[in-house]
Amino acid sequence: MSMDAVFRALADPARRRLLDSLHGRNGQTLGELCEDHDMTRQAVTKHLAILEEANLVATQRRGREKLHFINPVPLNAIAERWIRKFQQRHLSALSALKKSLEKDRKGERDE
Amino acid sequence: MSNSPKSSFLYVTYIRTTPERLWSALTTTEFAQQYWLSAKPQAEWKVGGAWKITFPDGRVADTGEITEFEPPKRLAIRWRNEFMAEFKAEGWSLCTMEIEPAAGGAVKLTVSHSMDREGSKFIGAVSNGWPQILSNLKSLLETGAIVVPLPADFDPEKKFRKQLG
Repeated sequence: MSMDAVFRALADPARRRLLDSLHGRNGQTLGELCEDHDMTRQAVTKHLAILEEANLVATQRRGREKLHFINPVPLNAIAERWIRKFQQRHLSALSALKKSLEKDRKGERDE
Repeated sequence: MSNSPKSSFLYVTYIRTTPERLWSALTTTEFAQQYWLSAKPQAEWKVGGAWKITFPDGRVADTGEITEFEPPKRLAIRWRNEFMAEFKAEGWSLCTMEIEPAAGGAVKLTVSHSMDREGSKFIGAVSNGWPQILSNLKSLLETGAIVVPLPADFDPEKKFRKQLG
């Protein structure tokens, strides 16, 4: 389970959207995931296989259904390796600043 | 989906070890304490045995009962939080741990933690803690050390409270 596979899997916006969807509601079937995304069933299946290969998605059989779960363990490993050591506290302050500035600008545009 | 628990998380990690060593790491208090952020899981390790997690000063964090015990394959715990009133009020959760041989001399550990209740705050909160505990467990078994050493003044209750929101 290499970190390369995790980064490759995360490099695709469609796969990140699938992860967001599972984060919103964990344990979805293929059919449910297809409903929320503007992709063919084959494309969703292919993306899920890549996410599963990278261990970002884990599946569980329940009766005849296969449920998909976001697996937060590899994301935690990335956070440990690449984020925490660069002072997460400062980063979250910057990220809050960016969010608040962008919100202000959005407000201006909306007016 | 109708028969599935409403709040559910699945955690999967691959560890270069044997099923027996991993099983022993999950069911030996002294070892578990090293990766459980210094909290202490202890139990009468058999079906029906009482189970609990305590803080170093002896206060109880969680309690429960072993509902499945099949060394070195499957462990299930009926689990309730005790130290946060709003989580305790949500009632019982179920945690299962499954060990399977995987390719390349590794074993696959699947931890599932669920509660039959929509939008459980407890299940959401522990989803911050499990990945770190499992990273520590993996690292401890593979290298003999945990990923992030705890500072001398580490207070697990504070840490859990923060994670539990």
